[in-house]
Amino acid sequence: MRARDPQKRSRDFKEVALGLTKAQAVKEAKRCLQCKKPRCVEGCPVEIEIPRFIAAIKDNDFSGGLAVIREYNMLPAICGRVCPQENQCQGGCILGKKSKPIAIGALERFVADYETATEQSESPVCIDGNGHKVAIVGSGPAGLTAAADLARLGYDITIFEALHEPGGVLTYGIPEFRLPKKIIHREIERIKNLGVKILLNWVIGRTQTVDELFQEGFKAIFIGVGAGSPKYMNIPGENLNNVYFASEFLTRVNLMKANQFPAYDTPVKKSKRVAVIGGGNVAMDSARTAMRLGAEKVYIVYRRTEDEMPCRLEEVEHAKEEAIELLLLVNPKEIIGDERGYVKAIRCDKMVLCETDESGRRKPNCSGEEFTIEVDQVIMAIGQTSNPVLVKSVKGLDLWGAGYITTDCDGRTNIPGIFAGGDISTGAATIISAMGAGKRAARAIDAYIKETASLTSQF
Amino acid sequence: MFKILHKDAAAPQVTSLIIEAPYIASHHQAGNFVVLRIHEKGERIPLTIADSDSDKGTITLLFQKIGKTTEELAMLKAGDEIRDIAGPLGHASPIKKYGRCVLVGGGIGSATLFPILKALKREPNKVIVILGARAKELLVWPDKFSEYADETLLTTDDGSSGRKGFVTETLKEVIEESKVDIVIAVGPVRMMQAVSEMTKPYRVKTIVSLNPVMVEGTGMCGACRVTVSNKTRFACIEGPEFDGHEVDFHELVNRLGFYRAEEAEALAKFKSKCKGKCKK
Ligand SMILES: Cc1cc2nc3c(=O)[nH]c(=O)nc-3n(C[C@H](O)[C@H](O)[C@H](O)COP(=O)(O)OP(=O)(O)OC[C@H]3O[C@@H](n4cnc5c(N)ncnc54)[C@H](O)[C@@H]3O)c2cc1C
Ligand code: FES
Repeated sequence: MRARDPQKRSRDFKEVALGLTKAQAVKEAKRCLQCKKPRCVEGCPVEIEIPRFIAAIKDNDFSGGLAVIREYNMLPAICGRVCPQENQCQGGCILGKKSKPIAIGALERFVADYETATEQSESPVCIDGNGHKVAIVGSGPAGLTAAADLARLGYDITIFEALHEPGGVLTYGIPEFRLPKKIIHREIERIKNLGVKILLNWVIGRTQTVDELFQEGFKAIFIGVGAGSPKYMNIPGENLNNVYFASEFLTRVNLMKANQFPAYDTPVKKSKRVAVIGGGNVAMDSARTAMRLGAEKVYIVYRRTEDEMPCRLEEVEHAKEEAIELLLLVNPKEIIGDERGYVKAIRCDKMVLCETDESGRRKPNCSGEEFTIEVDQVIMAIGQTSNPVLVKSVKGLDLWGAGYITTDCDGRTNIPGIFAGGDISTGAATIISAMGAGKRAARAIDAYIKETASLTSQF
Repeated sequence: MFKILHKDAAAPQVTSLIIEAPYIASHHQAGNFVVLRIHEKGERIPLTIADSDSDKGTITLLFQKIGKTTEELAMLKAGDEIRDIAGPLGHASPIKKYGRCVLVGGGIGSATLFPILKALKREPNKVIVILGARAKELLVWPDKFSEYADETLLTTDDGSSGRKGFVTETLKEVIEESKVDIVIAVGPVRMMQAVSEMTKPYRVKTIVSLNPVMVEGTGMCGACRVTVSNKTRFACIEGPEFDGHEVDFHELVNRLGFYRAEEAEALAKFKSKCKGKCKK
């Protein structure tokens, strides 16, 4: 896909990837072999009929292509931009064996953007309501998807969101240069047009409890609160000044627009030499954001090699083009502060890869060699875990691991009427898997409410 | 949107706002706070809920003008609206029957103590309140406190009201006079540290309410982390109250100073922009 010039783009927040032109999209679609047994579909967590939407593009029927995707996925403009296609649809593409797989993500983005560029503003959709109220907690991809699907089935939906803006990680985590906010706004407007109400600043477990929602007449509750709590490394110096968790750094910039301080009131420290610790999307986003805030040098410090990096392929490529340096097989062991309590360096171990661990990746071990890098800012992006605020407020809810909600594959928890999905039940994963969970839970909620309604009407 | 119903002064330099927020009011427990954002471009700041009325559906917030956001907040009037308020956040104070309790409030921090005082009295407890401030203009609600407390002792640094000196001197006398079962101290970090250091040799359990920098206030960012008993804790969801004898105050002071330059810049810009309108 076309992308903006690395030197220019790494100093502003405008979108990096430019998308396909009409001609490029049609040409790419023509490469598709229209396999009888499409492996791309198997790789898609929501099983979009990929060959069918690509065939429509080939015939210049872009809205037809989009309609195919929308049958399965409410957020194509978002997924086309941020899904890890190389591990999913494109990973299965037969063409990838010999040359390049079809750029399925780019095509998905193309049809969504094409519609936006040509569409009229949508008017509210009229759906016959069935009178049953369902509460959705959290407005990330899991919650939004469950809300949209249930609203289409006629349910009266209210989303409760803790923050002052909806969207979850899409809004507070993923930067503008990768996923412009106006795209998220548009998708959320579309969902509101289905009659979905969104209550902001509404922390379930604090502002209201789950029990109170049931008392207010909600027949079922879907919990999609994400895995928002940052993990720490437990090394000395983590609380020094100018050590950020990626979540804070990104929230300041994305949600609070600290890059525009002082026009916006929230500040963020702009630093010269930055070390970002981690190898996932969150690390790439933090590093590239630090660069855009004016850093001279940004390192990504990762304890395995590039092959094991869990981020999307495109992200690490873009990061490298933007002159971000990868320090691989390196593990920080101490953050060193100056006499004022500010970061001045990190001390690291050099690692070697040894035997394979439970994640199927080779495990890094200390080589015995260590070294120090001088930096004035450290951003920790080593993962997120469950946030206890809601989870702990629901008595008797079955949890696993570090406080994730246990569900069956359709999102049923051990408590009748309470469903969950997305990062809060799987641990930090992907947008599309959160959407898939929202979808399955919507179906299960529909079945549950119909069942309980028919039971009560028998008496 | 959250409507301001009433505005007045809790002390000559302390503003009090009564705000319509029925769900927060009905769930408020002593020790909770809210995070608010005045408008689209505003920052999110935490403020303790100083009082609430669940029948009327209102909460009371108290603040002193110390930065851009509080200056701006002080310019709002009854009838104006605040864009975002989320809460009630944070753990509730540990309210139970202790016996003889001492509440120590420093400046604006005293606001936090008012709901704690009311809750402790309900148990019931004997409660002695010590309010301290730099000067009389900063003493918060001395009359309201004495309405509920068994004893209310005032101190000011300059002697303009009550006794001249620091709260720690008065606290020491109260502890030496007879057994104290718990001290709850809220105020500037230095004051909470001094109180904790003072009570430690007497082995009096001391709770402090910390005020680190916060962003969203719901445990998602880690901006508010503090070290307590050598462990990292998130003040917004695990606090804001902690055992004063275990808090790393040095680190807290350091972290609180991290954005000082930006805070000064924002305030200076705001003041120069609203010259005439900015009331002192
Ligand atoms: C920086 C970053 C970059 C990422 N990049 C990618 C990527 O490129 N591709 C990809 O596929 N995945 C990516 N991910 C992962 C992906 O964003 C998540 O897997 C996905 O957003 C999970 O969706 P969710 O709906 O479960 O939760 P979230 O998106 O986390 O949303 C949860 C929402 O619930 C709200 N909430 C929490 N508690 C409460 C409560 N008590 N009451 C009310 N509301 C509450 C939160 O405020 C939040 O808005 C990234 C994650 C991060 C952090
Ligand atoms: S303020 Fe963000 S975690 Fe406490």
